[in-house]
Amino acid sequence: MAPKVVTSSLIPHPSSLKSPVSRLATAIGTILLLAVLNELLARVVAAGNLSGYSLRVLLNVGIAITMAASLNLINGIAGQFSLGHAGFMAVGAYTSAVLTLALGPRLAAGLPALGPDTPAGGMLLLGVAMAAGGAAAAVAGVAVGLPSLRLRGDYLAIVTLGFGQIIVAILLNIPAVGAAQGLTGIPALTNFFWVAVAAVGVIALSRNLVQSTHGLAFLAVREDEVAAEALGVDTTRTKVLAFVIGAFFAGVGGALFAHLQQFIQPRDFDFMLSIQFVVMVVLGGTGSITGATLAAIVLTVLPEVLRPVKEYRLILYSFLLIVMMLTRPQGIFGSREISLWGLFQRRRKEIEAPLG
Amino acid sequence: MSGDLLALRQCSVQFGGLKAVDRVDLEVNRGDLVGLIGPNGAGKTTVFNIITGVYAPTAGEISFQGHSIGGWPTHRITKLGIARTFQNIRLFPTLSVMENMRVARLLRARSSLTSAVLRAPGFLREEREIDAHARRLLRVLGLERYAGVRATSLPYGERRRLEIARALATEPQLLLLDEPAAGMNPHEKGQLMQLIRRLRDEFGVSILLIEHDMRVVMGICERITVLDYGEVIAVGAPEEIRTNPKVIEAYLGESSEEG
Repeated sequence: MAPKVVTSSLIPHPSSLKSPVSRLATAIGTILLLAVLNELLARVVAAGNLSGYSLRVLLNVGIAITMAASLNLINGIAGQFSLGHAGFMAVGAYTSAVLTLALGPRLAAGLPALGPDTPAGGMLLLGVAMAAGGAAAAVAGVAVGLPSLRLRGDYLAIVTLGFGQIIVAILLNIPAVGAAQGLTGIPALTNFFWVAVAAVGVIALSRNLVQSTHGLAFLAVREDEVAAEALGVDTTRTKVLAFVIGAFFAGVGGALFAHLQQFIQPRDFDFMLSIQFVVMVVLGGTGSITGATLAAIVLTVLPEVLRPVKEYRLILYSFLLIVMMLTRPQGIFGSREISLWGLFQRRRKEIEAPLG
Repeated sequence: MSGDLLALRQCSVQFGGLKAVDRVDLEVNRGDLVGLIGPNGAGKTTVFNIITGVYAPTAGEISFQGHSIGGWPTHRITKLGIARTFQNIRLFPTLSVMENMRVARLLRARSSLTSAVLRAPGFLREEREIDAHARRLLRVLGLERYAGVRATSLPYGERRRLEIARALATEPQLLLLDEPAAGMNPHEKGQLMQLIRRLRDEFGVSILLIEHDMRVVMGICERITVLDYGEVIAVGAPEEIRTNPKVIEAYLGESSEEG
């Protein structure tokens, strides 16, 4: 028997061999590039060459990528099936909105140069709000990660689903955040720059994680918890960490969502939203960062393209999922990744087992 | 003979009304190659499970290198120096052979998760060390050519060997092998016996193994402990065990006068 030789992720990625200086330069360069793109986009929209609607779809795509890639960390990479991602998003959205609503007017009064209406002030305030939303969601991630130590599979899915519902129920009953009427008048701070930073950030983090030995421990927990523990992996810590990191970025996504919509209500974050994110991860190929990203793009753009039949979107989702399950149960990408470097080079093998 | 590496003293495990392990004493000294045998259901794997922290013993004490490890979480016990293989091989199925090995090196890593995500210089250096260490072990066990292959596509015998290699990657003082020869043909069993001796002699790792194949057990173990219904019924050299009437009775059934 000659086993099929597959390329494995252990082959060093060129970027991992770069010197620290050049990696730092790449990071700074990326941020500068995103800032320039942000400015260009704003001008193109101001000049009327791109509709505000298109920009909005673009921002929604970025938020969806952030959400799907962060859920992929929990569901795909660490293998802890979570149905509560909208709950983390809600925590981030409400925390950040409350913060900007409280801080914005004070900044405008005390430091007019950095008020939410000024470009620099808006940028800064949203950055702070994202960090706060992410941190609050990460704390919620600990709370949800803890039951995951005892539960697996379907049982964990039910607990996380319950968590999402509890968040919605709590928000519905807090008058200070508008209860069922929701929060209004959130400043429109979300821009391309911060959306891109969040999306690129979670993708880069996932990639660096999976290629490292620390990240392999996450995969090991997914594959066989007993064996992972016997090899010295602290599975408890690993699972909670997956929830914390995933929840953080979901909270960041929630902050971006709140400052894009300018109006949030508990209903926005119901169970169906969590399902949408799960669909993105599963459709893309559970565990595949590329897959989650592409599925997030497709499933955000598709309903816009299909506006005339928008009510049938959920039927389309179900139909797509059924077709996928029948024809490609491992998702579009399986567990493969695509990188710009060596286009279409496989770095991770497929999850699917050989037939038979 | 004090069990200077591992010593179980009067250890019991009770599952509800069932005493799976009953006041077991077991000793492993540095450099030992010892066996644990007994009929099916005698409690052998349960003994492994309390040594590795899968279960806490309901009574008794387990000391390893001077630490009382009874009830410790498994990953801490592994870090302290006990590694094991499983009766039903437990490789990470979708990971490559090399990735299976790398997972086992994490507990000796100094770099943090943060430095891994940020790809700090120290982390990169360490990844190279991990890679080199894992490759060295694969070479020693003759698995190097499979490095990039998915673990589950290995032939059966190689999978068993990979599991041993992976356990060794944690740098154990004591290696627990749970039925390493199960499912192997006579040729593979012969190779396995050589390998186990080599592990002890070249890696300086002490070995405690559970095995049903008497040719393997009698062939390599220097001392054997026999369990029956959770209790130790005999301890001794292979020749003594082979002729011990209690052991024969446990394996072949009760003698006729008792019915």
